[in-house]
Amino acid sequence: MPGKLKAKIVAGRHLPVMDRASDLTDAFVEVKFGNTTFKTDVYPKSLNPQWNSEWFKFEVDDEDLQDEPLQITVLDHDTYSANDAIGKVYIDIDPLLYSEAASVISGWFPIYDTIHGIRGEINVLVKVELFNDLNRFRQSSCGVKFFCTTSIPKGYRAAIVHGFVEELVVNEDPEYQWIDRIRTPRASNEARQRLIFLMSGELQRKIGLKVLEMGGNAVVGYLQCFDLEGESGLVVRAIGTACTLEKLSSGSGTHTHPNTAPASNACNSPSKDGKEPVFGEDLPSSSGPSTPFRALPTSSSSPPPFSPSKPCSRQSSSSDTDLSLTPKTEMTQSPRLRPGIFLCPSSPILSTDTLSLPGSGTLGCGHYSGLRATTPPPLASTHSDSALLRKSVSFTEDLLLAASGMGSGSMGKDAGPLKTLLRQQTQTALEQREFPFFTLTSFPSGFLLHVGGVVSARSVKLLDRIHNPDEPETRDAWWEEIRQEIKSHAKALGCHAVVGYSESTSICEEVCILSASGTAAILNPRYMREGCLDLGGSDQRFEDPSPSSCGFCHIPYDELNMPFPAQLTYCFHCRRQKVPDVLFTTIDLPSDAAIAGKGCFIQARLCRLKKKGQGEANATAISNQLPFMEYELHTQLMNKLKLRSMNALFGLRIQISVGENMLLGLASATGVYLTALPAPGGIQIAGKTPGDLNTEQHILNIQKRINDTIAKNKEFYEVNPPDLTEEVVGSPIPEPRLRSRLFRSHSESSDELSELDLSHGKKDAFVLEVDDTDAVEDIHSLLTDASPPKGFYSCNTETMPGIYNWTSALQMFTSVRVLRLSNANLSNQALNKVFTDLCENLLKSFYFKLRSMIPCCLSHLVFSVAVPEEDLIQVAVTAVAMTFDKDQTQEKPAEKPITKGCSEAEDQLQFSLELCTDSSSINSQSSSKNSGVPESSHLSTRVSSLEHSSPLTEGRSRSLRSSRSFGGSSVSVVKMTPLSFLPGTRIVKYVGIINMFFIRETTSLREEGGVSGFLHSFVAEVFAMVRAHVAALGGNAVVSYSMKDCVLMENPNKNQCQCLINVSGDAVIYIRETDQEVTGSTANIGLSCTSSADGAT
Amino acid sequence: MAVELDVFVGNTIIMSEEVYQLWLDGYTVNDAVKVRMEGGVLDEFDAKVDVVLSDTMDQYRTFQMCERLLHSPTKLANQLLFQIPPHRQATLIERYYAFDDVFVREVLGKKLSKGTKKDLDDISAKTGVMLKSCRRQFDNFKRVFKVVEELKGPLVENIRQHFLLSDKLARDYAAIVFFANNRFETGKRKLQYLTFQDLAFCAGQLINNWTVGAVDNMVEDMDVDLDKDFLQELKELKVLITDKDLLDQHKRYKHLCLDGKLSTLFGKQRLLMRWRLISRGLVNIATKLTNTKDVRDFFIDLVEKFIEPCRSDHWTAADMKLYLTHYTNSAHILDTFKYQVVWDRYMGVIKSCIFKMYHD
Repeated sequence: MPGKLKAKIVAGRHLPVMDRASDLTDAFVEVKFGNTTFKTDVYPKSLNPQWNSEWFKFEVDDEDLQDEPLQITVLDHDTYSANDAIGKVYIDIDPLLYSEAASVISGWFPIYDTIHGIRGEINVLVKVELFNDLNRFRQSSCGVKFFCTTSIPKGYRAAIVHGFVEELVVNEDPEYQWIDRIRTPRASNEARQRLIFLMSGELQRKIGLKVLEMGGNAVVGYLQCFDLEGESGLVVRAIGTACTLEKLSSGSGTHTHPNTAPASNACNSPSKDGKEPVFGEDLPSSSGPSTPFRALPTSSSSPPPFSPSKPCSRQSSSSDTDLSLTPKTEMTQSPRLRPGIFLCPSSPILSTDTLSLPGSGTLGCGHYSGLRATTPPPLASTHSDSALLRKSVSFTEDLLLAASGMGSGSMGKDAGPLKTLLRQQTQTALEQREFPFFTLTSFPSGFLLHVGGVVSARSVKLLDRIHNPDEPETRDAWWEEIRQEIKSHAKALGCHAVVGYSESTSICEEVCILSASGTAAILNPRYMREGCLDLGGSDQRFEDPSPSSCGFCHIPYDELNMPFPAQLTYCFHCRRQKVPDVLFTTIDLPSDAAIAGKGCFIQARLCRLKKKGQGEANATAISNQLPFMEYELHTQLMNKLKLRSMNALFGLRIQISVGENMLLGLASATGVYLTALPAPGGIQIAGKTPGDLNTEQHILNIQKRINDTIAKNKEFYEVNPPDLTEEVVGSPIPEPRLRSRLFRSHSESSDELSELDLSHGKKDAFVLEVDDTDAVEDIHSLLTDASPPKGFYSCNTETMPGIYNWTSALQMFTSVRVLRLSNANLSNQALNKVFTDLCENLLKSFYFKLRSMIPCCLSHLVFSVAVPEEDLIQVAVTAVAMTFDKDQTQEKPAEKPITKGCSEAEDQLQFSLELCTDSSSINSQSSSKNSGVPESSHLSTRVSSLEHSSPLTEGRSRSLRSSRSFGGSSVSVVKMTPLSFLPGTRIVKYVGIINMFFIRETTSLREEGGVSGFLHSFVAEVFAMVRAHVAALGGNAVVSYSMKDCVLMENPNKNQCQCLINVSGDAVIYIRETDQEVTGSTANIGLSCTSSADGAT
Repeated sequence: MAVELDVFVGNTIIMSEEVYQLWLDGYTVNDAVKVRMEGGVLDEFDAKVDVVLSDTMDQYRTFQMCERLLHSPTKLANQLLFQIPPHRQATLIERYYAFDDVFVREVLGKKLSKGTKKDLDDISAKTGVMLKSCRRQFDNFKRVFKVVEELKGPLVENIRQHFLLSDKLARDYAAIVFFANNRFETGKRKLQYLTFQDLAFCAGQLINNWTVGAVDNMVEDMDVDLDKDFLQELKELKVLITDKDLLDQHKRYKHLCLDGKLSTLFGKQRLLMRWRLISRGLVNIATKLTNTKDVRDFFIDLVEKFIEPCRSDHWTAADMKLYLTHYTNSAHILDTFKYQVVWDRYMGVIKSCIFKMYHD
């Protein structure tokens, strides 16, 4: 029994009145862990009971410690009838299981009831004694740290990044069990909550085991999701990146990557890798977990291997059997998304088609083998087992490949190979434990060498009951498939890894869309494996010292054998390497990237009607639509990007949601102007029917408006790239005539397209055709996207590119809006408009509500859309508003605008204002008096590094103040942010992961203020519970907070509503940053000051 | 395209004081939106009605959820549901418990137990304060009354501690509680000219000097009840008007003191006539205070017996002050007058009340 869990119930407060007669409550508490239950005495007649119980001790397995939550139930004692439950608290004790995190959980927890919400609070103390000899410790996965943060956590150093870990567990959903018919909603909700707590504990433990197997000690970028599959069950799945983290000695907290070597150093490919064949032939067997990361092939040595998985190759074979598991997309540098489909049936690359198939006899598989060149076991042997698979994989056959959108789309013809494939995959899943995927979105510098582009894959599945929850192989196989897909896409881009990887699902009835996306990239192998640091590398590419400011833009693929047609130019920075004209990625902007101006939130929205359907027909219909939707979203993104005269997208996230009668697509990203990439051309409008004066006039008007908008945007986002003469840098553009084509999926005929290409191709501009009303609508919607009001910026990445001087005021918020489509017979266009307006209005609302924080930036805007019912569109947004100093140079700190109004921002700003008005000199004088630090040098450094100094002075002044004025508050303030950092502060400790799931239900919807009132209080309650848990762990903030799910089911007629919310984040302890610590440049001077200032705050 | 649901929740409470005030004043969401739009401050932000509406709805919901907590403000500080910065907590509470003087003037001295809807309707119509706001204010009075009723110790301090109010507001509430407890009549036409602040001041005087707590502030009884012993003792003051000697002596002394100091135009003769009347009035008020009914009429008596006669003679406030001061002091010189302490305790309050109540 390797663990002893101890819990003590101290007191309660604000309990609800349970006895109407006396207006009091006779409360007692049940403490349950696993199957053991303890009870406190009844504390009679009080709303503020003081139980002060003994320590309840549970002796348990560490496995249970990881899986089970501590359940605390508060009840009202009733002599005559059954005791009434007041509410519950679930405490995840995982944070107590690793040595560095919290040592005790102690604090006030809201008592939560799924029907009544929060009903009072209870004070609890929890401790764990682990009897862990090291061996023991290793057996379970206690001690593996989990982080939601998608970068290396502050204060740690990544010694090794092992790679991708994934796991899923399934169970029956209690809501759909027969017993649910006879039990109360409360019992049913509680069963569900408890089950999900258990499942996520189990999941975390299993992932931890995998990490230990790999030799890691932590999971970073941990992403856990629930799939409520209804009748067919409940799936909890998670992905993450296994790492070996080393804690940095305190003091050097902000310098997370002391080992960042210059790129030239990074070139060392392990000698072993040098021997490896090119990717196309990687066999799983040849590698341990870290194999995928091996040196990049030089351009000369590996021409064709990626080509088989090119979309083009698919196109070429699309005449008959072109079915694939997943509609897939490679969003790369150009609008020629899936060029094979639409553009270049005769693209020269096709010639390389089958060259690279590793000759393993998989040709018989045709298409699939091409895709899965990595898994070439003999076909024949697989048929025997396929029956088993068939049962569970009910729909794989019907999945459509995007490429087949143009082709015949025949169904079910080659089910045999499909099963074979599945079989292969399950086999290989064992051998090849890993995918070269990373859920991280930002990296230590030097880690990311080159970025290829976005890779994504989607697959439509029909849900079937999960027969054997212990072996969820169906779901595993589904994801396996998609991951393979992603992997092959990445290879097609010449990349050996996928970063910024994420997975998601959308479920409607029995149809489920699985999606995965990431950014193909080449990583520095140094991080993958220990001991390779000193080995001399010989790879040419790495030797080339690409400056870190542009290196990641350089194409990873081979110029002569490009996986798709793109226009390349020499890098505008170093002039040595080739770069694409546009770059799309799912990661954050690398911190050292050279950019011009500020970033900008760009969103493409799309709504498509679909016929209601059942079963396979429905799934087919959906998968038929997917490629078109992706294409259109991509087109929109590209147009909007051009309109803002930017050339790269970061943090791209495309969500496609399925409803009964419509599909919603939402793509969000942050646009940036990368100075390494060529300047974007404008957008040119072309009429289809020349000669018509009216039309031409109209077109001229539109063109003018577009040009005006571009100019305006340039000014707003301060995009003033260094003026580069448009010298032609000898760009060997493979298909010049295609390069600036942008076209609509409506204009189908391919010969018509090529014709148009020729007429408009030469310009550096994007061409929009105005050939039908749709196009006009489109252009219109393009132009009506309102830019944020003055003083506001927005982005969906961690930080706003181009803004550096954050002040520490922040306001995290969650907003949910549901729209009911009143008119049943809407056209696609009208629907699009409705959806677009919904998103735009939400943004406008945010700007308005947060106007008191100006100048301010909405960061990490995460939209998630859903179609909860027919005719309902739900959009949920979580983001953080952060203030910054308008004055980049920070000459006059005193002139900071006074903000009035909401949020914690306010008081803090006021403080800073007060202090700032005395100007920094007084501030520094006083501090010099206090601390006796040689202030003169201190001050001068501050002046010299003007841009950085302002947030610091503030951070400091605030901390001085805050200790004074907020000391009295009995509830500690807990900040929340979806970002991985808090501006103006330093995270000193991660105290544990927060992963909570709540259900709330009401049968008196009207009385609670309708759906809005109901959800409003629920969201507030969820925040409150998160804060309470963080505070109990000793933390004062949550970083990387996210709301994974918000599922709302209403039935206003019955006056009922139910909502499920899943949130996660990392609980941390932060301290106010002192001046010296942020300002990297002055860090060395301020060493002595640092310590004294630390003491002062 | 109906918006079925629309919420916006911040980790730290999001509120604007303007909207809070509109909510407190009882505006409906739509009216509040109208007011905000007309306010014009939003023009610069180019806000559309729907945006303002959505914002207003969110804040109204937040306030409604907070309202439960505001009913016991101490909970607001240690509740977990909303994260509210302390200074904002103070604002929320202070504003919630603020009241309209016109409204409170109407209910002052009335029984707080019921407050029927009809009563409030009438008051609302009369004062122009919205019914919802009337209800809130009235409920606040009731709540404070109920809580402090059962508490020991100084009234103002109790209110301040239990409701976390500012000193000023706590004093006002103490006055309201005091009036309600003693059911002072304030609604008569003759008293209409008195503002709430006038009466609150008087209540403060009475609380500080005439209640049980005034003599011994650690006694367990409350500040709201008048000191029975004291009221009993007041009866003894009757000698001032019944004992002929004393009366004359008193009169004489005062005249000595007052000679030549009064600026009023009227002569000695007139003053002498008034003297008897006024003195009798004041002493009568004192002697009758043992009677609950007469306690209720305390203010009306003051007006009828003292203020009105003086006003009809066009006394200035300064004259009146002088007069009262000397009237009080001259009693001290009377050799046979044994109730100096009671007299001072009585006249001290009377004096300051009359000063406050005497409007030129």
